[in-house]
Amino acid sequence: MAITTRQKAGWGAANTVTLVVIAIPLLWIVSLSFKTPAAITDPSFWPAQWTWGNYSGILTSATFVRPLFNSIGIGLIATFVAVVFASMAAYAVARLTMPGKRLLVAGALLISIFPQISLVTPLYNIERSIGLFDTWPGLIIPYIAFGLPMAVYILAAFFQQIPWQLEKAAKVDGATPWQAFTKVIAPLAAPGMVTSAILVFMFCWNEFLFAISLTSTIGARTAPAALAFFSGSSQFTTPTGPIAAAAVVITIPIIIFVSVFQRRIVSGLTSGAVKG
Amino acid sequence: MSTSTQTAAVAAPGEAPAKLRRWHKKPPLSEGARAERRLGFLLCAPAIIVMVLVAAYPICYAVYLSLQKYNLAFPNAVKFVGLSNYGAVLSSPYWWQALKVTVIITVFSVLFELIFGMVLAEVMFRTIFGRGFMRTIALIPYGIVTVAAAYGWLYAWSPNEGYLSALFNNSAPLTSTVPSLAIIILAEVWKTTPFMALLLLSGLAQVPGDLEKAAKVDGATWWQRFTRITLPLIKPAILVALLFRSADAFRIFDNIYVLTDGGHNTYSVSILGYDNLFSALNLGIGSAISILIFICVAIMAGVFIWGFGVKAPGADLAK
Repeated sequence: MAITTRQKAGWGAANTVTLVVIAIPLLWIVSLSFKTPAAITDPSFWPAQWTWGNYSGILTSATFVRPLFNSIGIGLIATFVAVVFASMAAYAVARLTMPGKRLLVAGALLISIFPQISLVTPLYNIERSIGLFDTWPGLIIPYIAFGLPMAVYILAAFFQQIPWQLEKAAKVDGATPWQAFTKVIAPLAAPGMVTSAILVFMFCWNEFLFAISLTSTIGARTAPAALAFFSGSSQFTTPTGPIAAAAVVITIPIIIFVSVFQRRIVSGLTSGAVKG
Repeated sequence: MSTSTQTAAVAAPGEAPAKLRRWHKKPPLSEGARAERRLGFLLCAPAIIVMVLVAAYPICYAVYLSLQKYNLAFPNAVKFVGLSNYGAVLSSPYWWQALKVTVIITVFSVLFELIFGMVLAEVMFRTIFGRGFMRTIALIPYGIVTVAAAYGWLYAWSPNEGYLSALFNNSAPLTSTVPSLAIIILAEVWKTTPFMALLLLSGLAQVPGDLEKAAKVDGATWWQRFTRITLPLIKPAILVALLFRSADAFRIFDNIYVLTDGGHNTYSVSILGYDNLFSALNLGIGSAISILIFICVAIMAGVFIWGFGVKAPGADLAK
């Protein structure tokens, strides 16, 4: 089918509109982050004078650097544990004959639509009484629980597409079910694990409600929560510039992720959730 | 199954009834099947333990807390008060205002997301230039930290600071209810339309191209093809997307926290629950609110799954 000029123009316009709608709010934050404190009260879209001051300010201040470090550490640990647990459970769901599978899948679905606020009050009280409040594990554990359902769905869907004759062949050759899992299936499943790891990490990176409720100092507070607690360099300056710069800094990993792993993210988001 | 019936039939004549019943209940498992079961339980155990520890146990604890008079400012005055916390919440105008705001935000943001998500899905699916590039770009709002994007909207609409406020005669929309809600919905829609579009995209990818071509040959217009072929075929994908997005929109917190912090009557149920814990320090009332929110989401999911017949995601995984 030949592509007419009209079609070209139509899709060109549709692409452009989409691009502009997505890009303008992003460019606005970037622009704000380069404005001088004096220029913040100038509503023009681009700064008249560009400055790196906001970036050097936040990147030398513990109120942002420490939370950034927390975000990375908490995100990586929670992601690692969630993906390991989810791979094990997904393998059982996709491959093994056992009772209670439906219950596991239903439980995972329930958690994925669960209102987090319902858990904030009890978790706050529990964590204070067992000393997990305002610590890394205090955030890592809930993040694992909320990352698990997504990872289980993605991995179970992924595991079902793996050529299982290989596993049988390994068993015929004398491998135990455990060996068949670690030596044959796990390497084949690695791409699915990468996909679910990216999505779980993005969830942890983004999470805000637990991050502000279950922490009280920069010892465990993550970057999104730290943004909400920024103050200006003096009480007469608003922290707009620093907040914008911090927002840009925490957006950079996301942009790298979606550029490098676009295909995986799209397939991961759609594989578990929608079938038929 | 046939083996177990056979065994039962063979066992029937001389055996005691009790033994027969036991045989019937438990078809004998082979050594391999038992090993498989054991491995299955072992593999699922860590995931189940974490989910129970973080969700099931705390929600039960929240039910317990919601029946107590429990204010953190008076930690020694804890006492059982039955359902009176629920009575207090349900007779409070704050709860109904929060519920109204939450429902308005949920309905409008999901509606707009469905419309724009459909358009975006069509663009990502059919565009003739840079399909991969368009998908990458569309993923950025999905991935961006909600709070970061929310600050962008906040400053954009602040008078004397923001380009959008300047565009509308230096107005201050975040200082009154209806414009604030509109901006909250705008921020939600901008951020989550790509997610909706991706779920719809997977539905679009399953529509057989031949059907569309045949309809085109028969002279169907673009609109006819969309409403008669595409829509009915992607209905399951739409319903799943609606379920996930409605449940997600109902728990809206981040955008409101940054944009208005619940001021000017724009607080959602999640904001109300948060404030009751951290400003009023009232664990009893806060827990009652938590449980009521949980019930609302459960009803919503029930309506989708049993009312509209959404095939619960993953149902086919468990076969």
